[in-house]
Amino acid sequence: MSGVEGFMYPNEIELHWSVLIVLYPYITGLVAGAFILASLERVFNVEAVKPTYRLALLTALSFLLVAPLPLQLHLGHPERSPEMYFTPHSTSAMAMFGYVYLWYLMAVLVFEIWLDYRRDIVLLSQKTKGMTRWIYTIMTLGSSNISKRSLHIDERVGWVVTLVGIPSAFLLHGYVGFIFGSIKANPWWSSPLMPVVFIFSAMVSGIAGVMVIYMATTKLRGRKIDMRCVDTIAMYLFYTFIIDFSLEMLDLIHRIYEADESFRSLDFMVHSKLFFSQIVLQIGLGTLVPLILLGLTQVAKLPELARKRIYSFAGALTLIGIFAMRWNVVIGGQLFSKSFLGYTTYKMSLVTKEGLIVAVGLTLLPLGILWVLVKLLPPWPEDHATQGAAAD
Amino acid sequence: MSVFKDAGHLFRFAGLFVLAFIVFWAIRGYVVPKSFGQYGHYRGNAIGEIAARSVHFAGHDTCETCHTDVLDVKKNGKHAHVNCEACHGALAKHADDPASVTPPKLDTAVLCVRCHATTAAKPKGFPQVSAEEHSTGLPCETCHQPHSPAMVAGGAK
Amino acid sequence: MNISRRQMLILLPAAAVAWKSVLAGTPESSPNYKMSEHWWSMLIDISKCIGCGNCVRACQTENDVPDGYFRTWVERYHVSDENMTNPEVISPDGGKEGFPEAKEDGGKYFYVPKLCNQCADSPCTQVCPVGATFVTPDGAVLVDQTYCLGCAYCVQACPYGCRYIHPQKKVVDKCTLCYHRITKGLTTACCEACPTGARQLADLKNPNDPIHAFLKTHSVQVLKPQMATGAKVFYNDLDGSVR
Repeated sequence: MSGVEGFMYPNEIELHWSVLIVLYPYITGLVAGAFILASLERVFNVEAVKPTYRLALLTALSFLLVAPLPLQLHLGHPERSPEMYFTPHSTSAMAMFGYVYLWYLMAVLVFEIWLDYRRDIVLLSQKTKGMTRWIYTIMTLGSSNISKRSLHIDERVGWVVTLVGIPSAFLLHGYVGFIFGSIKANPWWSSPLMPVVFIFSAMVSGIAGVMVIYMATTKLRGRKIDMRCVDTIAMYLFYTFIIDFSLEMLDLIHRIYEADESFRSLDFMVHSKLFFSQIVLQIGLGTLVPLILLGLTQVAKLPELARKRIYSFAGALTLIGIFAMRWNVVIGGQLFSKSFLGYTTYKMSLVTKEGLIVAVGLTLLPLGILWVLVKLLPPWPEDHATQGAAAD
Repeated sequence: MSVFKDAGHLFRFAGLFVLAFIVFWAIRGYVVPKSFGQYGHYRGNAIGEIAARSVHFAGHDTCETCHTDVLDVKKNGKHAHVNCEACHGALAKHADDPASVTPPKLDTAVLCVRCHATTAAKPKGFPQVSAEEHSTGLPCETCHQPHSPAMVAGGAK
Repeated sequence: MNISRRQMLILLPAAAVAWKSVLAGTPESSPNYKMSEHWWSMLIDISKCIGCGNCVRACQTENDVPDGYFRTWVERYHVSDENMTNPEVISPDGGKEGFPEAKEDGGKYFYVPKLCNQCADSPCTQVCPVGATFVTPDGAVLVDQTYCLGCAYCVQACPYGCRYIHPQKKVVDKCTLCYHRITKGLTTACCEACPTGARQLADLKNPNDPIHAFLKTHSVQVLKPQMATGAKVFYNDLDGSVR
């Protein structure tokens, strides 16, 4: 068989989890991270990041809507996927993920966005005409009550929802980590640190994602980037990244030191098949370079333009690095034989159901959804300021 | 009272949830297979369906009910423990309809060496020969009766 | 060999009755089978395996296993004295057409037939999100192919590499321990076809099963015992280098 070195169990030669399963934790991570950034403003009263609050929520929603698609496309029988809700197996992390996902989508994100935008929605449903009026009217759920008192109630309930949302976001992505971390058959995955590493890398990617999207959209709209805001986001990104990197290194050092039966096999894999994606992309370009750059902005007083460039560059590298991390977990975990005697190769196809084009499409789709959401529910700070004033 | 009035929209949202849950529960009751959970968290009828698949190998007990003559040859020979279909292949169809389905003729040149070709990897006590050296190309059945392969000339055991 | 006589022979009445119950196949027609009275397992005697590949071919015939995928396969180990922990293992096409000739070179050779270990604490059924794979009350790990999503989570969770996604059906497929045979009083296809008796189907709940005597007098082991899967395929003469 081509692409096999050494010995694989014969059924292991073909990989069963493709690039789509790489996308799934990546996208889910962006959701969790974006939400946690939004909650900074709401729960922890970090005023500086307020301009990104609504954008972060909408980003989280658009990515969350796409999150199950790669899973769905990957299934042999997508039409049977409702079984996961009808007869969820209580011992399966994947089944429980379905419920956590629904909870997070409906009870946290949609609800919070609805509460936050309710005043706008009601006003828009009165101002607009035709189709859009209909859409807004449906979104009001037939209640046009925007009295001071009702908005005050929304504010309080929204706060509670965000408070509930933070552990929910942790749960959502922790579960994704648990899906991998709980597989005792696979030493590359099996680790209690996996959910924790997934949560922190999710925060890193989500914060970087919102930062990049905020800077890009502000630039595209010809507005001025709020430097106090991006400076604060970059600071949070830096510190979260340090925690994330420490956890990943802890996992790595632990593996190297323990050197259990799987170590020789995994070590060889990291130095051969995963060298580029793990050492170069994930750790080098995707982690150390952004960390150094972001660290530089923390210790040195750099001019605004330099900071902007560093933030966009470091943000983009971070997003690539976290993607590489997901790749190394999902694909890396299937490249070695569970006999520890050989390695196989993953060949990504181009046009199939699980190919490169679909993967790229699924990565861009959330941005398309975000564009629609932004049109429907403008998140921009200038609109937000008036809304905030009215709500207070 | 006015708290409830001003929170009315929240009840509408909650109402949507309740409605969705009722719809979900109704569909669930309809969709989930009846035998699900009969023995555990799976469709109980699946066991019967899997058990009902048809067989291809008839099993030596079935062969021996008719082929008693072969059994008599086999039972004292070296191949006594080798089941019929190990060499003759799956023959449930023949057992179903012995008149019209006849077993294929076997090629001993292929069949015998499959087990008896010499290789260092086989257990040492297992009889192994290198076909070219052993028989110089003669068919195995020239000297060995496959159902009781010890050589007649050497004194069948 | 009296072919003509045999061709005219109609099945003896007693045999015909026995065979009919096997043919009909539905659970109703094997009324004597009670799941609660069995606990299936298999015994594999490595010292008897000659690597002929009969079991792999028989399994493919019996269960329509697609080419390139395996419900059972045979591995050939070559362990040198110097490097016990790093054996050289091959399994060309699962051993379906046998193995290339091996030359004496100091090390030891042996064959290891593999199949689903029918684990009692199976990690694969644990992770199935919908309950499409399960351990039956009589100890077989089965897949409900009309219910399986094809998510392949169980494929990842099996430590032994015994599961695959069926390329046409797009659902998971694996060894059923010939559940359709053992519930009708037959042995599995691999055991039926094994010429040396290296594979023996065993019923741990049957006090008369020869496995009990065998287990008392031999040192047997399961694969990857550290995985604590409750594996029920027992190996006699299993070398420590086998993974």
